[in-house]
Amino acid sequence: MQNMAQKNIAQTTQTPLTDCLLRLGDNALVLGQRHAQLCGKAPALEEELALMNVGLDLFGQARNWLGYAAELMAAERATDKVDADQLAFRRDAQDFRNLLLVEQPNGDFADIIGRQFLFDAWHVHLLDGLAHSSDPRIAEVAAKSLKEATYHLRRSSEWVIRLGDGTEESHTRMQRALNNLWQFTGELLQADEIDQAMLAAGIAPDLQTVATRWKATVEEVLEEATLERPSYDAWMYTGGKVGHHTEHLGFLLAEMQYLPRAYPDATVW
Amino acid sequence: MYAQLVETGSNKLKTLDEMDPEERQFQERINDEIKIEPKNWMPDAYRKTLIRQISQHAHSEIVGMLPEGNWLTRAPTLKRKLQLMAKIQDEAGHGLYLYSAMETLGADRDEEIDKLHDGRAKYSSIFNYPTLNWADMGTVGWLVDGAAIVNQVPLQRTSYGPYARAMIRVCKEESFHQRQGFQILLTMMQEGTDEQKAMVQDSINRFWWPSLMMFGPSDENSPNSAQSMAWKIKRHSNDELRQRFLDQTVPQLELLGCTAPDPDLKYNQETGHYEFGEIDWQEFFDVVKGNGPCNRERVEARRHAIDNGAWVREAAVAYAAKRQRRAA
Amino acid sequence: MADWPLFEVFIRSKHGLNHKHVGSVHAADRRMAIENARELYTRRNEGVSIWVVPASEITASSPDEKEPLFDPSNDKVYRHASFYKLPKEVGHM
Repeated sequence: MQNMAQKNIAQTTQTPLTDCLLRLGDNALVLGQRHAQLCGKAPALEEELALMNVGLDLFGQARNWLGYAAELMAAERATDKVDADQLAFRRDAQDFRNLLLVEQPNGDFADIIGRQFLFDAWHVHLLDGLAHSSDPRIAEVAAKSLKEATYHLRRSSEWVIRLGDGTEESHTRMQRALNNLWQFTGELLQADEIDQAMLAAGIAPDLQTVATRWKATVEEVLEEATLERPSYDAWMYTGGKVGHHTEHLGFLLAEMQYLPRAYPDATVW
Repeated sequence: MYAQLVETGSNKLKTLDEMDPEERQFQERINDEIKIEPKNWMPDAYRKTLIRQISQHAHSEIVGMLPEGNWLTRAPTLKRKLQLMAKIQDEAGHGLYLYSAMETLGADRDEEIDKLHDGRAKYSSIFNYPTLNWADMGTVGWLVDGAAIVNQVPLQRTSYGPYARAMIRVCKEESFHQRQGFQILLTMMQEGTDEQKAMVQDSINRFWWPSLMMFGPSDENSPNSAQSMAWKIKRHSNDELRQRFLDQTVPQLELLGCTAPDPDLKYNQETGHYEFGEIDWQEFFDVVKGNGPCNRERVEARRHAIDNGAWVREAAVAYAAKRQRRAA
Repeated sequence: MADWPLFEVFIRSKHGLNHKHVGSVHAADRRMAIENARELYTRRNEGVSIWVVPASEITASSPDEKEPLFDPSNDKVYRHASFYKLPKEVGHM
């Protein structure tokens, strides 16, 4: 077969808006995929349901953001051959725009919760801003996602507190997870040209404001959890937002994209 | 069937006259289709049989997440990923409904789960087969959930109230599972490539017989059935349910344009039923005894998850205790 | 192994009036019990309100008390609308 489905969706012509949507969609997709990997591995049966609820929310969000991005890209290229699935399953790692934080491997439950909490604390404040976007479609998706993210943050904060203030072992593990993940938080808070263009257009909120709120949330929860907050001035590993990823993303995608890649002629599943 | 070969501890049925007054009252209640509730008197063997059956049923739901979880990370579209994740999540939920019903009998969930982990408790033989291609996600939904539904629908009227109520909830939620599976297969058969169609047939070939085995041994080799039926824990015989499943499934198989790996499968005009070949019972008993392709892996995966989570569960308990002390 | 205690779960559905017992969950504390109940019993948008009660705190009547507790209300037919026969002309009341 001939169609575009066989090819990678290259990143040549996109605008700041599609880039912004890819960032949102890829964050949800990649973190959702990490949840898919957790199936059957939760520390308690109740937690299986909880983790999968978060996963379902994230995949739903990914579908909304990537669906919108695909429409814009199709219009730009005057083709109707781009859809959310192609963006999810036919891009290679360098074309993903997710944060480095969300692609980090599952590790133990403290790593999973630490990653989720640091992301949720940012995600709710970002979505809260996006819910007032000048782009009505973004505002609508953000408003729906915000409800989900608010619950995610409630859960992840509670677990950070339980593990931080639980047993000696859980405290040690939670602190270690936090210390390891901290280096990936820099790019959550740092605006680049795309963030600035989105802010100028009234599409996305000021990341400075998001950063201030993120810090307040993180400080409050870590204090209650009796955990030490690593320094904001620590060295930060950045690059996810422009497609420079850690080694982990490639493997995550290799697994996720295996079927469409192995059966390039298949157009339906 | 999610509960196979459940021991009742009795091969011989008592008549009403042979029963003492308590037991007689209990049996009459059952005969009158009045539900037995947790605080009602019940014979010890009834309680034990139910604990065995409900826990086996619950374990099957939980272990049953694994063969599907095997493909969750590789689901080929976002829609399929969402559907599969929702389905697996339901299975976790159904496991929990069932454990919850089991606990009303005074059984301890953690103790029963320990029995699963050390091999003392069984779960459905079907989940010891590997899922080897994407079409297996369709086949598991269509055949495995299909067989489970045939078994579970009558269990909504089972004599123990909490079990019956759990089954009502499960059946209501499960209706989408089988459709979801069939649709995966139908899409590939109708619009897929030759490779995809071959994938579907291969999957049906592997799951056909194990699905028929899910209903358990044939009636003449089912020594516990009579007691279970007298107690109305079980409402139909294994062979009856197997036949019902087959009769509804073969037309669907034809609709897919696929074949069954059974040269003896044919429709009998006179009886109005499908006839099928001999089931390999040796294979069934091997798998039940622990010698299926994935028995060790499945139990190991469950044990691993729960053992690895011990420090998390302990931390949550320690934190709850601290909070309570602070509040006091 | 540190076991999480059992909580009984009551849900008020969108259309229902009273909270209704739906089953139980295990949780380390009450807040977790609410969340676990939410994940387990409201996956299909079933609820608008959840109560959780530690199972150990529930006091239940015993089947032995069935007769003294419930039989006395058996003959109080006048508590039921069908007891009052009205002429057809009254219509629906």
